[in-house]
Amino acid sequence: MDFLRPTTLAEALEAKAANPRAVPIAGGTDVMVELNFDVRRPDALLDLGGVAELAEWEVDDDMVRLGAGVPYNRIITELGAKLPGLAMASRTVGSPQIRNRGTVGGNLGAASPAGDAHPPLLACAAEVEVASSTRGTRRIPAGGFFIGPKRSVLEPDELIVAARVPIASGPQQFAKVGTRNAMVIAVCSFGLALNAGKRSVGTGIGSAGPTPLRAPEAEAFAETEIDGLWDTREPLPDSMVRRFGELVSEAANPIDDVRGTAAYRRHALGVLARRTLAWAWADYRTGSWST
Amino acid sequence: MGLGGLPDWELVYMRVTVLVNGEEKVAEDVWEGESLLYVLRERLGLPGSKNACEQGECGSCTVFLDEVAVCACLVAAGQVEGREVRTVEGLADGDRLDPVQEAFVETGAVQCGFCTPGLIVATHDLVRRVPKPTDAEIRESLAGNLCRCTGYEKILDAVRLAASRMEGVS
Repeated sequence: MDFLRPTTLAEALEAKAANPRAVPIAGGTDVMVELNFDVRRPDALLDLGGVAELAEWEVDDDMVRLGAGVPYNRIITELGAKLPGLAMASRTVGSPQIRNRGTVGGNLGAASPAGDAHPPLLACAAEVEVASSTRGTRRIPAGGFFIGPKRSVLEPDELIVAARVPIASGPQQFAKVGTRNAMVIAVCSFGLALNAGKRSVGTGIGSAGPTPLRAPEAEAFAETEIDGLWDTREPLPDSMVRRFGELVSEAANPIDDVRGTAAYRRHALGVLARRTLAWAWADYRTGSWST
Repeated sequence: MGLGGLPDWELVYMRVTVLVNGEEKVAEDVWEGESLLYVLRERLGLPGSKNACEQGECGSCTVFLDEVAVCACLVAAGQVEGREVRTVEGLADGDRLDPVQEAFVETGAVQCGFCTPGLIVATHDLVRRVPKPTDAEIRESLAGNLCRCTGYEKILDAVRLAASRMEGVS
């Protein structure tokens, strides 16, 4: 086994191309568990902890280009206003120790359907920026990044470099079901983004399908129903909020597993969708989301 | 296969140099997939950080890595090369316990003691960042540290006491 320690992104990409089976490690919160339990013995570990370019975020026009190695605790303390949905989801990750180390790049790389960062990234139409030393950079919409449980479109010579996340232009919410308020892998989770500028509604479903999912019919329904209300800021009819929850439930494709049954997940998602829409709309009406 | 029937990759080892509790330490023959926790306990003679879940669930192995509280079981040994680690052994001043340790003793926050080192480090992390933590902040910041004996009430007492004593100190 090799331990590769690049100090620049260019070196890291070259190392990945030369060792396509190397497993990238940043915070180690997933990779080290697999090593500790002997689930995986990679040929090489590619430590991205020394690559400064991955540990920064910057504003690029109307988005935040979030380096793949920025840990959750920094998203919470530094990006709560710009990326409220992702920051909310970050607060539900593991424990302080885990949030000090875990990264969105790692969450994307693991590509678990239960990854906490995924619903907010889907809801606000983020892109995943990946790079290879020979083929350059490409941007993949978050919705097209995942192709199966723990599988993504990332090629063996590529590294996840950043998430490009649009700066919120409306309230965002995230809710997650689990057995306690910390150290929980989601039974199911839901992210919602209201985009007052584009008058659009974004959704992201976690842990209720082979990949994180959007709920396109729920989005279209909400956009139609809300259409006239962006200006008047009137309350949403209860029937509309209920129907939104049903459509989100229907978009899920859950299974029974140790954390919950498919039927429970479907039901709970409807509840989460209803609640998050009600919370987000209340924030929109009072303007309390904007900073 | 290499020597002794081990696969070749088992024979590739490395040396890790790390500042631990203010002293430069060198760990030899470190396997590339080894954790910082293993290096501390088995190679550097520092068994204060406890080994329990090995998956970041229990917090027993909490240490400071460059002053950030982390689970040592989830840090690869090679990732600490040239960096600074502070373990629970580095908190007391000789025989004199530090205020967090003293508070745990005085309030009866220790029963079997296995979770205690991790809780002491996590509490340090909290009281350095938040001078007057609320109960909600205490619970949140210790959410990654499991104790199966105490029921946590005495631990909360200990953190409150430590916070009150450490106010203004750092």
